[in-house]
Amino acid sequence: MATVLFWILALVSVIASISMVTTKNPVRSALFLVVTFLCVAVFYVILSAQFIAAVQIIVYAGAIMVLFLFVIMLLNLGTPQALVERGSLQPAFAVVLGISFAVTLVMSGSFVTLPAVAAQPEVYEPLGTVRGIGINLFDPKQPWLFPFEATSILLLIAVVGAIVMAKRKV
Amino acid sequence: MPDLRIIFPEYALGIHLPSLVPYIALFGTIGFILMILPGLIWIERVVIALMQDRSGPNRVGPRGLLQSTADVVKLFFKEDTMPQSADIRIYYLAPFLTVFCAFAAGAVLPLQTLTFRLVDSSFKTVPVTVGDVNIGLLYILAVSSLQVYGVVLAGWSSNNKYSLLGGLRGSAQLISYELSMGLSLLCVVTLAGTCQLNKIVDAQNGLPFGIPYTGVWWQVPLKGSIFSWFWLGTLLVPVCIYTIAMIAETNRAPFDLPEAESELIAGFHTEYSSMKFAMFFTGEYVSMLIVSGLNAAMFWGGSLPPLNIPPLTWIPGFMWFIIKIMGGIFFFTWLRASFPRLRYDALMNLGWKRMLPLGLVWVFLMAVWGLFRPAPASSDNIPAEPVTASQTTVQQVAPPVEAKSLASRQR
Repeated sequence: MATVLFWILALVSVIASISMVTTKNPVRSALFLVVTFLCVAVFYVILSAQFIAAVQIIVYAGAIMVLFLFVIMLLNLGTPQALVERGSLQPAFAVVLGISFAVTLVMSGSFVTLPAVAAQPEVYEPLGTVRGIGINLFDPKQPWLFPFEATSILLLIAVVGAIVMAKRKV
Repeated sequence: MPDLRIIFPEYALGIHLPSLVPYIALFGTIGFILMILPGLIWIERVVIALMQDRSGPNRVGPRGLLQSTADVVKLFFKEDTMPQSADIRIYYLAPFLTVFCAFAAGAVLPLQTLTFRLVDSSFKTVPVTVGDVNIGLLYILAVSSLQVYGVVLAGWSSNNKYSLLGGLRGSAQLISYELSMGLSLLCVVTLAGTCQLNKIVDAQNGLPFGIPYTGVWWQVPLKGSIFSWFWLGTLLVPVCIYTIAMIAETNRAPFDLPEAESELIAGFHTEYSSMKFAMFFTGEYVSMLIVSGLNAAMFWGGSLPPLNIPPLTWIPGFMWFIIKIMGGIFFFTWLRASFPRLRYDALMNLGWKRMLPLGLVWVFLMAVWGLFRPAPASSDNIPAEPVTASQTTVQQVAPPVEAKSLASRQR
């Protein structure tokens, strides 16, 4: 059941990712990215990481992509003909880097161990729940409390910095 | 205290009954929503007419009861127009997205609990929900955050400036009020200690402010009563924030800026007619039901009766849940009849400068209160010890698995 779902959604997410890159229309491109995010969220559920799945949808699909769409509509971007540059080295770099990334993936054996990882979700189940993540993140005996709080302060600094940059006269 | 709950056997006719419960919940939820929709529109019209001192629907059927049916027939046979320069696929996708997200959010609402006598004559309480998942609350927030896409895409794909303005307003409004909504719900989660909706309802089945339940005579009617629900437990502010935010999230008056008819014709669904318009309409009413249901489950005790005394406890839990949802619907209509539409800057001001700071302060307050208050009254369904035990087993089990996968990777 989970394996069938995985392969169907793997196909969907790959097609959506490719369409996202190839589509000229920016709104459709953003929508294909949303489809990819939703597929990734289902992958998280298959791997028994329900909390991450929900956060993935809330943060990426629900907030960030809506802001993207908002900006795209506000600027009213049509099909960007002028953005296609001639004589750029970008495609060549993209091909070389893409091939090397694919080779790295194959060499590291990610494809080989996929069924083995998918076959053992029961072991990880309590870790993926809200309670499991909370206990592991906030337990003083675990080493994650300080990095977590430090990251949150870092994000707070980023937010304050963004507001200061955007609004000189507060 | 005589327990009048109906206790079902585990097996009947060789069927394992507890595993049927999610399907009952599925058909119950969808059936209820579809059955009540025409009724909702009728109720809204009658209540608004009452409040504005008008006659209301009185032509089709007795007391205008068949008015909604007439409207549905009209919508079916209306001409389906489409703007020529619309982005066709997205234009068709938007209403479906709206309805789909609205219905999907109903999957985790806890309708009531059923008690089964297992084969080994122990009792098991099963919540009647489609999916009793540990991320229940987050799931609802996730799905309702996807509802923005229906509004935004409808506004964009119609290729109409009024639609686009409506869509932009809708996206800004929904994103802004989601934050306050999440914060107010976080107050409840802090006290209940879980995101699972049926456990949140169960956490309200104690005494007010978490006083330990000892079974003294005066405590019996108060157990799980209206005073121990989280509207009072979180000291009234979160329920006010949530109620305001839920009206803004469903684009209802006085927060109906995305479709403000006096400024934007009909906002994001200006160019939609016939059944596609009906789908937007359905989506709006279904999400009204869902947010009212979430309100009922989080703040108003879900399927619990307002007082734990016999005539009230005889009414089954899902009836109480429906009564509370209908109270929410009445509140929606009441506000629509009472308030003028907010100005756009006033809307943003309220969301970001009033409700968000208040919600943040209240979350801190609830966190401090959660540290010092007495232990939750009904902790029988919230296992404290077994989970930590399973956590340790996980930590013991996890390293070999990692080692194994590493080994297979090196292979």
